[in-house]
Amino acid sequence: MGNMLTDIGLGHYLIVSGILFTLGLVVVMTRRNAIGVLMGLEMLLNAAGINFVAFNRFSAPERLDGQIFVIFIIILAAAEAATALALVLNIFHRISSIHVDEARAMKG
Amino acid sequence: MNWEAVVFWAMATLVLVPAFAIVFSRNIVHMAFWLLGTLMGVSGLYLLLGADFLGMTQIFVYIGGINVLLLFGIMLTRSEPVYVRRLAKRPKLAPGLIIGAFTAFTLVSALLGAGWRNVPGEPTETAGILGAFLLSEYILPFEIISVLLLVVLIGAAYIARRGSREGAE
Repeated sequence: MGNMLTDIGLGHYLIVSGILFTLGLVVVMTRRNAIGVLMGLEMLLNAAGINFVAFNRFSAPERLDGQIFVIFIIILAAAEAATALALVLNIFHRISSIHVDEARAMKG
Repeated sequence: MNWEAVVFWAMATLVLVPAFAIVFSRNIVHMAFWLLGTLMGVSGLYLLLGADFLGMTQIFVYIGGINVLLLFGIMLTRSEPVYVRRLAKRPKLAPGLIIGAFTAFTLVSALLGAGWRNVPGEPTETAGILGAFLLSEYILPFEIISVLLLVVLIGAAYIARRGSREGAE
């Protein structure tokens, strides 16, 4: 057991990222506030990033491709946050609410 | 206990405790501040994994950019006082938590059973190598994503304009 505590290997990082991914998923599914859903998305993207860097370090340390991917993930997360917040602001101006259940004008 | 294990457990706590707090928090502003802790913990994990450039980028972009953007979004979309709005209604957590527990079980059992190659490489200097990669092998994604950022800049400014489509409804 002491071995598990002190020898930090790939599995430790993967478990942390797995738990973070799960919590992000729970946030995305349970929040009714659109900005809360966005925060859950950021948690999902961060979990993916931890996985990329951990695999880069432990499974393929010769090249840094995993880190390049994380750079792209961070850029895409920034772009996604900016666009989504612009949409949220627009929805708020139209229906005075950002609760995802209330934006249902296109519901069939 | 070696220093790596100490730092790892500290950072894992810094990632996961705020993440649990986000799930159970009822206040969107508190959620944004808890997210700060999670993001800093992830940055610490990057540094621990030898990705110094990424750790710093994480702090600059996520904490300096995205989290502030989220806080601005919360501030601009708040129509009633903070304490009035739906504090009574707890988000329905039970179905999400059940699905989450199932996902966590699946992920962790799959990760532990896989038997990856588990040999830590020597940490190297990363910023120069990443820069050379971005301008040689990854030049096409780099250029595409720069165009994407320009599109997002213009598009977000256009979409967020107040009443930009007032007559359409």
